Amino acid sequence: MSELLELTAHEASKRLESGAISSRELTEAALDRIQSVDGEVKAFLTVTAEQALAEADRIDTMRRAGEPLPALAGIPVALKDNMCTSGVRTTAGSQILYNFIPPYDATVVTRLKRAGAILIGKTNLDEFAMGSSTENSGYHTSRNPWDTSRVPGGSSGGSAAAVAAGEAPLALGSDTGGSIRQPASLCGVVGMKPTYGRVSRYGLIAYASSLDQIGPFGKDVEDCALLLQAIAGHDPMDSTSTTVDVPDFRGQLDKPIAGLRVGVPKEYFTQGVTPQVTSAVRAAIDKLAELGAIVEECSLPYTEYALAAYYIIAPAECSSNLARFDGVKYGLRTKELSSHIGLSEKTRDEGFGDEVKQRIMIGTYTLSAGYYDAYYKRAQQVRTLIRRDFEKAFDSFDVLVAPTSPGTAFKLGDKADPLEMKLADVCTIPVNMAGLPGISVPCGFSDGLPIGLQIISKAFDETTLFQVARAYEQATQWHKRRPQL
Amino acid sequence: MSLTREDVRKVALLSRLELTDEEIDAQTKPLNDLLKQFEALQALDVTGVEPTSHSIPVVNVFRADVERPSLSRESVLANAPEARDGCFVVPRIVQD
Repeated sequence: MSELLELTAHEASKRLESGAISSRELTEAALDRIQSVDGEVKAFLTVTAEQALAEADRIDTMRRAGEPLPALAGIPVALKDNMCTSGVRTTAGSQILYNFIPPYDATVVTRLKRAGAILIGKTNLDEFAMGSSTENSGYHTSRNPWDTSRVPGGSSGGSAAAVAAGEAPLALGSDTGGSIRQPASLCGVVGMKPTYGRVSRYGLIAYASSLDQIGPFGKDVEDCALLLQAIAGHDPMDSTSTTVDVPDFRGQLDKPIAGLRVGVPKEYFTQGVTPQVTSAVRAAIDKLAELGAIVEECSLPYTEYALAAYYIIAPAECSSNLARFDGVKYGLRTKELSSHIGLSEKTRDEGFGDEVKQRIMIGTYTLSAGYYDAYYKRAQQVRTLIRRDFEKAFDSFDVLVAPTSPGTAFKLGDKADPLEMKLADVCTIPVNMAGLPGISVPCGFSDGLPIGLQIISKAFDETTLFQVARAYEQATQWHKRRPQL
Repeated sequence: MSLTREDVRKVALLSRLELTDEEIDAQTKPLNDLLKQFEALQALDVTGVEPTSHSIPVVNVFRADVERPSLSRESVLANAPEARDGCFVVPRIVQD
């Protein structure tokens, strides 16, 4: 692998600025790497080589002319394929959008282009972001670069694998119940979900509108902060995006964490978490204490109800969001045509995979007359109780820490039971339900497979989140390890 | 609360999904497994608890009622499975 690909984005940015390397070199290195390993890793659905090189050349020309450029200028970024890219096929990992070419860019794409980032390709995901392994993708299953017989996690498995495999220094994913943090944990990279509303969802193909958030993947904490900086901020095109000021996310990266209060919610260690994960996460927590943090156990009593509440709310929202896929205006249309009603039903049966159909149906059911109060309304009330748990905890603590995933990367086909697969998200889901920011950083290995430490902070306090994550990272070497591909 | 095959067929209809008989069979257990998970929520006392629809609430997000450019008709029709005369073509609904 070219040593250019060993660089983090912030390191590459400095060298690009000084002229030591060119964006073309960096982009070519990434494309070569994709060429040589993606047959095995299968992170990508679409690689935009021509556009990437053209953009790299454009940035290099501007640089040579002495024009001041943003920090991300010239750096390749991969995008999960549920983010609309104008003129570039966008599938949401589904056959129902096999030929969809968006006529507009998602806001995050517009912002990345404005920042001079090089969009290198679209990565694989579980269909419509529903899943924890990419095994639900309508195209193929991506592989974990640490062991290609195992999954990279999901739903943003392609993005996590691409960064872990050195195919792109940075990637964007989306996280609704853990879909950035869990694959980050399984692939040994850093991945974070910002506070709900921090990043515009305009152009993100919606799964669950009150839970979805776009977030960064990188090889280290600073890279994630750098990428988040470029995409965060209010967007008039997304009425759920917040007007809260965007701070300098890297502003507290080197501030010592002595005296910071770290809470350890005990419920997160009982949810089927393996002894190896427990041991690595506990050791990481000890490290935080060594660095001067004040660590104390706490309780979030409604944790055990979060999964059930999520699997009512998210499918309910998805049943509404996916109603638009009907074979009329874009995407797949069935060749078997009878009446207008038949067109949509048949198209959707042909175009959607089993997991998506399941979630649409459970969502439709729990929203239907006679069941709405017992299921959907009740789940929303439980959501309030989960939020209150966190609010109370943040009265006494600055951050909370927990495992990201109960286990390490499992083998393809291991979690064939859909319910078992859903249990993979038990540590990440509550954070989405409360709308809080969360990050996963590498904290160890078990049988050569990565383990992630999850850190959760108050709403809009990503700066403290990055500070604590960085302090832990810099005191360890986990983030420097690379898979042998 | 357990769904029968007939219940699954009805939900599929509501969901605008034309499932085959095999699919209806295959989906019944996973749906019931999920419903079983939901039972745990029934035991909770939620009296007086406000439902959350948005974790970070915003209200009254308005913009000025000013016309702005939108997508061109061309670009909107570009992905159409079938288009003609600036319209999406669909199977006939209204019978003569």
